[in-house]
Amino acid sequence: MSVADAKLSTVGKRMVMTDARTKIVGLGKYADDLTAPGMLIGRILHSPHPHARIVSIDTSRAQALPGVKGIVTGKDAPIPYGILPIGHDECVFAVDKVRYIGDNVAAVAATSAEIAEQALDLIRVEYEVLPAWVDPETSMTAESNWIHETRPHNIEKEYHHVFGDPDAGFSRADFVAEQRYVAGEVNHAAMEPHATLAIWEPNDRMTVYSSTQVPYYLHRTISEVCEMPMSQIRVIKPLIGSGFGGKSEVIPIEIAASVLAKKTKKPVKITYTREEVFYAHRGRPRTIVDLRMGITRDGKITAVQARVVQDGGAYCGFGPVTVLYSGALLGAIYDVPAVRYDGYRVLTNKPACGAMRGHGTVNVRFAFESMLDQLARQAGLDPANVRRVNLLKAPCITVNGLRVTSYGLPECVDKVVERSGWDAKRGKLPYGKGIGIACSHYVSGAANPIIRSNMPHTTVNIKIDRDAAVTVYSGASDIGQGSDTMQVQVVAEVLGVRPERVKLISADTELTPIDLGSYSSRVTFMAGNACIEAAKNMREQILAAVAEQFGCRPVELECVNEVIQKKSDARMRVGFDEAVVMAIDFHGALVSQGAYAPPEEARGGKFKGAGVGPSPSYSYSAQVAEVTVDPETGRVRVDRIVAAHDCGKALNPLAVEGQVIGSVYMGFGQAMQEEMIWSDGRLMNPSLLEYRIPTTLENPHIDCIIVESEDPEGPFGAKEAGEGSLAATIPAISNAIYDAVGVRITTVPFSPEVILEALRKKQRGAGNGGTSASASPRAAQ
Amino acid sequence: MNKELIRLRVNGEDLEIAVAPARLLLDALREDLGLTGTKRGCDDSSCGCCAVLIDGVPMLSCAALAVSCEGSEVTTVEGLGAAAALDPVQEGFVECAGAQCGFCTPGFMISTVALLKRNPNPSLEEIREALSSNLCRCTGYMQIYESVRYAIEKHRAEAAPSAAIPAGMRLRS
Repeated sequence: MSVADAKLSTVGKRMVMTDARTKIVGLGKYADDLTAPGMLIGRILHSPHPHARIVSIDTSRAQALPGVKGIVTGKDAPIPYGILPIGHDECVFAVDKVRYIGDNVAAVAATSAEIAEQALDLIRVEYEVLPAWVDPETSMTAESNWIHETRPHNIEKEYHHVFGDPDAGFSRADFVAEQRYVAGEVNHAAMEPHATLAIWEPNDRMTVYSSTQVPYYLHRTISEVCEMPMSQIRVIKPLIGSGFGGKSEVIPIEIAASVLAKKTKKPVKITYTREEVFYAHRGRPRTIVDLRMGITRDGKITAVQARVVQDGGAYCGFGPVTVLYSGALLGAIYDVPAVRYDGYRVLTNKPACGAMRGHGTVNVRFAFESMLDQLARQAGLDPANVRRVNLLKAPCITVNGLRVTSYGLPECVDKVVERSGWDAKRGKLPYGKGIGIACSHYVSGAANPIIRSNMPHTTVNIKIDRDAAVTVYSGASDIGQGSDTMQVQVVAEVLGVRPERVKLISADTELTPIDLGSYSSRVTFMAGNACIEAAKNMREQILAAVAEQFGCRPVELECVNEVIQKKSDARMRVGFDEAVVMAIDFHGALVSQGAYAPPEEARGGKFKGAGVGPSPSYSYSAQVAEVTVDPETGRVRVDRIVAAHDCGKALNPLAVEGQVIGSVYMGFGQAMQEEMIWSDGRLMNPSLLEYRIPTTLENPHIDCIIVESEDPEGPFGAKEAGEGSLAATIPAISNAIYDAVGVRITTVPFSPEVILEALRKKQRGAGNGGTSASASPRAAQ
Repeated sequence: MNKELIRLRVNGEDLEIAVAPARLLLDALREDLGLTGTKRGCDDSSCGCCAVLIDGVPMLSCAALAVSCEGSEVTTVEGLGAAAALDPVQEGFVECAGAQCGFCTPGFMISTVALLKRNPNPSLEEIREALSSNLCRCTGYMQIYESVRYAIEKHRAEAAPSAAIPAGMRLRS
């Protein structure tokens, strides 16, 4: 499907987002900006206990409060749901017991927010408090009092995979390292708190506007829980104040608003407070990685082994997918001949974790890239060169069955080494200054859908009427990343028209064909390819009509610069508007369709858990971080990060730079300062004042380099750009800290306390874990 | 609770609205006046999404009571720029992709407008300082700095019409 050889007029150009002007004049509507006549405001009652049985709920006093129009509890919507078919374990309101502080117990719809809040205070819930499981390693040894009776020992899922011969690999290694790494829990902290407006309409229909990355899955879930046919429900995604995965599964607020609307027969809007956003969560789980890796004297990796425990929270969510991604992507970035993986997704009495930018790969990448750096130094090798000797030879299949079609990692490494001045700085900076390198990769969409079916992952329709406006109907969800703009560019390119002529109707289940959603970085690859196919089908119709007029064959014509002309004689030409009229006279109204499904060869192996990890294509990233560490205070300042990202082809370099820099920024936040702090199941920092995402003052200078490997199956050669860079940032920083002060940091975030503790340990000569303790970094080189 | 009638000037229009004494300016703008361009991103005045100009000073509208704005001039994102033209700051946020999801953008633009009014030629450090009360989760701030620089150059070109406007500013410089 690649048309990379064509001369491009729109694709590849820096294009301003199609909705930017709407946003900067304040006209853009996000879910909480919407209203409907007679709209009620909803509020949710949350559990104060991490684990408790509900003995009784008395809503009578709340019901009697003037202005209260409806109250719902577990018995109003007892059908369990979940994003994965194997994980339908949550009800919108707890039916028998609550499983985390913040679990949903009831909701009120009232004529004002104040009345709804007063009503919550009047609901009496009697609980029988149960012992809570808050630590995953303790939780997975539980013999009774399980969080879900159907999940013995509180283990949601475990997977045990072996590829190649790890034992043989370790025995032929010249250097072997072993280390435990722990990464704290982080939240997406998208600036827009979740909001849903559900409007009950005549004829038992419902229209739901929601801050979702997955309108199609939301559509299905509302249908299941509200026991209404999908045909009676319309889901519309308004502007989204970004998601990063936090809106990529159905969130209780969405169902709560729908259930209240159905019960009151009125429009109901609920908007989360920021505290509720943190408790709704679905972020990146706290992860314990026990890693072992072997390399030869030359730096070649011989085997990798990981035991991963993820603190998943109280419900399944995307959990099994997260723990599978951790295994599937662990070694697949390099030519690793043997991998052993034991992954555990553990239930605890905390909010459910889920998908967050770099889903599943970030914390294992931190461990892997840190250990590779450590082994390189032990072997006396340049860490950049160790990456180089382990590169894949694409096209190829990795040891765990992932098909690699394009591989820009070698160029990424070369580019960041060059731009950062790596060779001049490595090992030559004064004590306290350091430089570190790391790599990462990510899927360009999952090759297998969440719900197994043969349906295309994206379908796109195009309509052109006599006004010659090109209208694209796509279910793909723009969440701020610019996917609407990307689709406009692609269609304009294929039709040879100005992008201003192309309008996009997106993510409205009544108008747009199904797209699976904005997750796993799938939209550019999948919706992009579907747009190309739909536009080509449209072009054929127009060319056929013009060919008829010109008395030639359609293949003799081309569409360029708003004109259809004969390739051999540009004097034989007709403007696009006129050509459209010819075609409409010839065919009737112009409609076309395109779809995309990943090819069979991209769908991975046949073992249990093989469905997660396969992608039609992978992005690659390399980064170099430079830091200054104050050994007196333990404070680390990240001075600069150079990030090179292989996105196949930058359809819109302006947007790609924004995505890569944004990913690095988020990795920086996790590395340096973000962590959800828990105490007995209660979040200690549920606000943006206390959960500190980086401001302009902390954020380092980020330098983005685009690498284009031109994927053979990507739209115009493109792959993902929005997630893959995040995972390299954390280990690039930790490796730079080691270069600066000679301590290996194995705990994320790299707080001053953690750095000081490591420095003190080193001073006492107790080592700081792993096999790195034996030599100072300078001596190792 | 009884409402009070207050007079204020919003985006150049004199208005009278009745608000409860505890009503936040943010809620009055969004719900009573329908000016939803100003956003709420947090519960504790920490995100900057709701910034507006009150008598030319950037303030958080979630930390101001509507009644305290009696007689004040309030400018929201809807009031930036002239009738038919964008403010150079708005242009900058469009052209340099300072807005991704756009949710924090009104607040950033308000802070930027205020900054450039008091300091038409800020250094990068001054830009970072002036925008440090606004959080953005999408951009990593780099393209926001470019957006601000675009506005600076545009202002400068408008002041001296002969000076050429630089065509697009790149992150790699």
